[in-house]
Amino acid sequence: MAERSFKAEVEHLRKGTGDTFTGEGILAITKALLENGVGYVGGYQGAPISHLMDVLADAEDLLGELGIRFEANASEAAAAAMLAASVHYPIRGAVTFKGSVGVNVASDALANLASSGVNGGALVIVGEDYGEGSSIMQERSYAFAMKSQFWLLDPRPNLTSIVKSVGDGFALSEASNSPVMLMVRIRSCHVTGRFETRDNVPPPLSVRDALSSPMRDFKRVVLPPMSYAHEHDKIDNRWPAAEKFILDNRLNERFGPDEGKVGIVCLGGIYNSVIRALQRLGLADISGNTSIPLHVLNVTYPLVKSELLEFCAGKEAVLMIEEGQPEFIEQQLGAMLYKEGRTTKLEGKGIFPRAGEYTGQIMLDGLDAFVRQYAPELLPGKVLAPNTPKPELPDLSKTVPIRPPGFCTGCPERPIFASLKMVEQEVGQHQITGDIGCHLFACLPPFEIGGSTMGYGLGPASNAAFDGGGERRAISIIGDGGFWHNGLSSSIGNMVFNKSDSVAIIVDNYYSAATGGQDIPSSRAKNETKSTNNPITRALQGAGVKWIRQIDRTYDVTRMRETIREALTTEYDGPKVIVASSECMLNRQRREKPLRNKAIAGGERVEIPRFGVDQDVCTGDHACIRLSGCPSLSLKKLDDPLRDDPVAHIDQSCVGCGNCGEVADAAILCPSFFEAKVVHNPTGFEAWYAGLRTKIISWLQTRRAGARLTFTGEGA
Amino acid sequence: MSLALPLDARPADPALEGVIKLAILAVGGQGGGVLTNWIESLARSQGYHCQATSVAGVAQRTGATIYYMEMAPGDVDAPVFSLAPSAGDVDIIVAAEMMEAGRAIIRGFVTPDRTTLIASSHRMLAVSEKSVPGDGMASSEEVRAAAELAAQKLVLADMDTAALKVGSVISASLFGALAGSGALPFERAAFEDAIRAGGKGVEASLRAFSAGFDLAKYGEDPKAEAVKPAQQEIVRPAGPDMAQKAWASLEAKVAGLPEPVREMAHAGLRKVVDFQDTDYGAEYLGRLEDLVSRDSAEKDYELSREAAKYIANAMAYDDVIRVADLKTRPQRFNRIETEMKVKDGKLLHLTDYLHPRAEEIVGLLPEKMGRKMESDPAWMKRIDRWFNRGRRIRTDSLRGFAMLYFLGGLRGWRRRTLRHRMEQDHLESWLKMVSGYLPDRYAMAVEVLRCRRLIKGYSDTHARGLSKFDKVLAGARLVENRDDGPEWVARLREAALKDEKGADLDGALKTVESFA
Repeated sequence: MAERSFKAEVEHLRKGTGDTFTGEGILAITKALLENGVGYVGGYQGAPISHLMDVLADAEDLLGELGIRFEANASEAAAAAMLAASVHYPIRGAVTFKGSVGVNVASDALANLASSGVNGGALVIVGEDYGEGSSIMQERSYAFAMKSQFWLLDPRPNLTSIVKSVGDGFALSEASNSPVMLMVRIRSCHVTGRFETRDNVPPPLSVRDALSSPMRDFKRVVLPPMSYAHEHDKIDNRWPAAEKFILDNRLNERFGPDEGKVGIVCLGGIYNSVIRALQRLGLADISGNTSIPLHVLNVTYPLVKSELLEFCAGKEAVLMIEEGQPEFIEQQLGAMLYKEGRTTKLEGKGIFPRAGEYTGQIMLDGLDAFVRQYAPELLPGKVLAPNTPKPELPDLSKTVPIRPPGFCTGCPERPIFASLKMVEQEVGQHQITGDIGCHLFACLPPFEIGGSTMGYGLGPASNAAFDGGGERRAISIIGDGGFWHNGLSSSIGNMVFNKSDSVAIIVDNYYSAATGGQDIPSSRAKNETKSTNNPITRALQGAGVKWIRQIDRTYDVTRMRETIREALTTEYDGPKVIVASSECMLNRQRREKPLRNKAIAGGERVEIPRFGVDQDVCTGDHACIRLSGCPSLSLKKLDDPLRDDPVAHIDQSCVGCGNCGEVADAAILCPSFFEAKVVHNPTGFEAWYAGLRTKIISWLQTRRAGARLTFTGEGA
Repeated sequence: MSLALPLDARPADPALEGVIKLAILAVGGQGGGVLTNWIESLARSQGYHCQATSVAGVAQRTGATIYYMEMAPGDVDAPVFSLAPSAGDVDIIVAAEMMEAGRAIIRGFVTPDRTTLIASSHRMLAVSEKSVPGDGMASSEEVRAAAELAAQKLVLADMDTAALKVGSVISASLFGALAGSGALPFERAAFEDAIRAGGKGVEASLRAFSAGFDLAKYGEDPKAEAVKPAQQEIVRPAGPDMAQKAWASLEAKVAGLPEPVREMAHAGLRKVVDFQDTDYGAEYLGRLEDLVSRDSAEKDYELSREAAKYIANAMAYDDVIRVADLKTRPQRFNRIETEMKVKDGKLLHLTDYLHPRAEEIVGLLPEKMGRKMESDPAWMKRIDRWFNRGRRIRTDSLRGFAMLYFLGGLRGWRRRTLRHRMEQDHLESWLKMVSGYLPDRYAMAVEVLRCRRLIKGYSDTHARGLSKFDKVLAGARLVENRDDGPEWVARLREAALKDEKGADLDGALKTVESFA
């Protein structure tokens, strides 16, 4: 069960010709796939296209009706490999994953796919962006497009353009027998808007029917000498065909006047921020009509030479707006102009920073600088004139604390790292590597565990150099998502085969949690269309791991700590793997809360636990927080003149996971923590007995109060 | 932030003035997405073009997140909206937490020429604020001051509490505040319809909505805060007549102290009497008066005030008896029941997490016996074997309560215990050091008193606190004869409060040793 359900929205995917769709980018892309007769879809979740996978999963009924196969692939490599179906068969296929890391994983299959070439349209929808909020490293899939020669679309970020680009992508792919990559940026995936829908089209040939009449052609196999031929085919046929299609169908767009002494070339994906900057400079109106010629590359690779040279013709200067580095497009454009002996001045990096996201301010400053230098007469007076003075604001950068992402309230991974931190406090620091997933938050305060992450499922593999062991065994962390993605072979297999003397901790939270709670083979949930409930421990045994410890309640800090200690100290010198399992609390709450409320409303007996801190017992040293960092465990200032420091306090968002109490006990911190279990709809006897107990207890309390001074308020 | 929109600078498009740019800064999990959806459906229902977007993904896990949307009147033809806010170009900022408001200001999204800032003044502490051993909370006041300068219109109130009070969440009260601020050109009813259209938890959301609406329109009720401290004021304690009399005479003594000292002395007295009894209170005042007599008005009795505070804290140390006593009091049960909303037929199961060690047990023994065992590892091991393990005590059950009740009742015995003796010795040597600096090194005396703040916590944490305390005092001796000695002691103390392991303190000590 994914974190976000699109069941309701999916109904809109049934809309036909004449309807209008209103919603999010990822849904628009899904609708476009259906309108373009896609035959099979798949992919691997990861920001920003996780939700695209969720939509496809929730739309499985509709896909079935249309005869479309949906595959939740095991990894990006698996997803890219699936496109092999379009090599021989005239079937349109689309897969999605995140760039650039996902593309890295998929690159093997992509290279082979691009070499073979395709018969049916093959579309790779890559969620790629960097800068704010993006968990993706600052690389560009563009380099892959160049090296493998598949084509790259980067449409303007509005629903109509994105939807159109899906159809264009399939057609371009078929016209040029090359796979096409459709880039959507993080904000384009979640951008909302409207577009006119068309009827959904079932695939002319379904993958099911294709099996009845298999096709093969050894010329497509990537083996010499055919592979040499593939290279020539790319240059002599596929590339020219692509350029022709791009020109004939005007995939790239022109805005503004035909003539002008200066011009701007930008990628489709950043069109809106370019227009916004032009609007602020008084050079464009609200609908984007600009007074400077603007060439928008909805196809960023290949670049159509004739088109670009024609745009630059007669212009004194052209500004290339391209985020990231290397500035592939600017370099190609520069080479084109130089070889043609053009005198048009090419601007780009230099006026713009070489690295990082082009924020609104950077875009504004860049365009302002360019126009000032080459066409100041275009700028309205207000902009030419010096800016209005900055308002003097106090500097808050020292005041406002950073707020990186961290473990959610009640997260089952918190006690694992609390235990690990305690063990390190006893026996000293260890060599620890992390992996991709929520557990990577452990490298931040308060835990500060793990110093590196080499990639998904590569946690233990990235400790391989230390497999030989030493005074203190190396520890590696890996999630259940990473384990099934490629950890089982690349990490565990590697440990077993090399007789690794180190320790691996598999964080099993029942889902691919960081990407939005998608099911994976070891998920405990029942899933109609996927095979779940495949225990990680059995996979480990199968791979040849002898020393395995399964922990079914990570919140048992004492046990967790002892198990880790055992793994670090045992005589056994082979690979030691701890599987620490408890359900992701986000998903668990989403599952249980409604049921619980229903039960309470229905008069059933329900216990709801929550934790608390006795403010008079707490001395405000915050040791508990240094072993937790739970959002619900915070601080509270008491209005007591005798107290200097705030005391710990647990707010109502607590879900009663018990980590703080367990830690306070295991680390022998303090007696301040208590669990308050509220019993709804208690049984009759229970209520009667509780009443009796309360009577006796309050009699004792009154008795003691009678013999001493009692002040208003509690303690002092 | 520095750029004024060249709106009046033709040939810019006047229609651009109709574009409303709104950003929501929230902490992951606060429901920023819900709020975004409400605003968007509101705008569309009013015939506006609207575009919303967000940066989802792992960044949402309790981290700072941002949602952005733009809208324009429906008569505009195909407006081109930006997908991200930019400095100096945002009309409305909704910040779901105080420091997120500060973040918006840092990023230049809040400017006096255009921005309405709607922020909740409540705090969700960042880990870096919570984890310092001392007080690491960021200053909301600094953010408030900056907000008043930066925003064209400021709506600042505790939207979180407002929502929780009516059983809803902050997204709803913020939506109400947005309506109340009048920053959007839509009627209140249209806002409420958007909530109804959403369909989930409508009633609760509407209640929170109107709470937020009123906060934006009429601001916070100043009385709300004013009430609280009142109850801390002097009220006669309940109890037997003898004790009442003794208490009265002690209060009379406090009344006899110089004015600046009284309040703290009264709080301190209350604490130690509550900890033990009125005789103990008399001891406290004795120690205090001794220092007061050597203090003076021109120093505004600073020394005495600090003494009143820290001697009380030192005398009311945290031993097993005190913990058990506090945990079995009726006031505690009442507080928990209110906090956990245990009413109308619900029951409470109360489990206390305790983990006694041999040290605590031995501390309860008579001094001589205790000392013997303490110095005998075999005995300590044995006792640990008997007692040292995590104990979950059901304090609401008769058995659990009785056990703690018995321990809490050992107050009469306390003065004979080893722990008491140790605390007394520690207290005496500390006060001796203090008075050693009087009269001529007054400031040193004050600083050394303040160092008591370092001793807190239980078991290991307590031990760590003690060692920091000793280190700082050792450092104090090195600089006691310097004019800037007091400042150095203060510096050492602050360093000790900064980090757990005391690395900062050791660093500061090295500096001291280097010149002393």
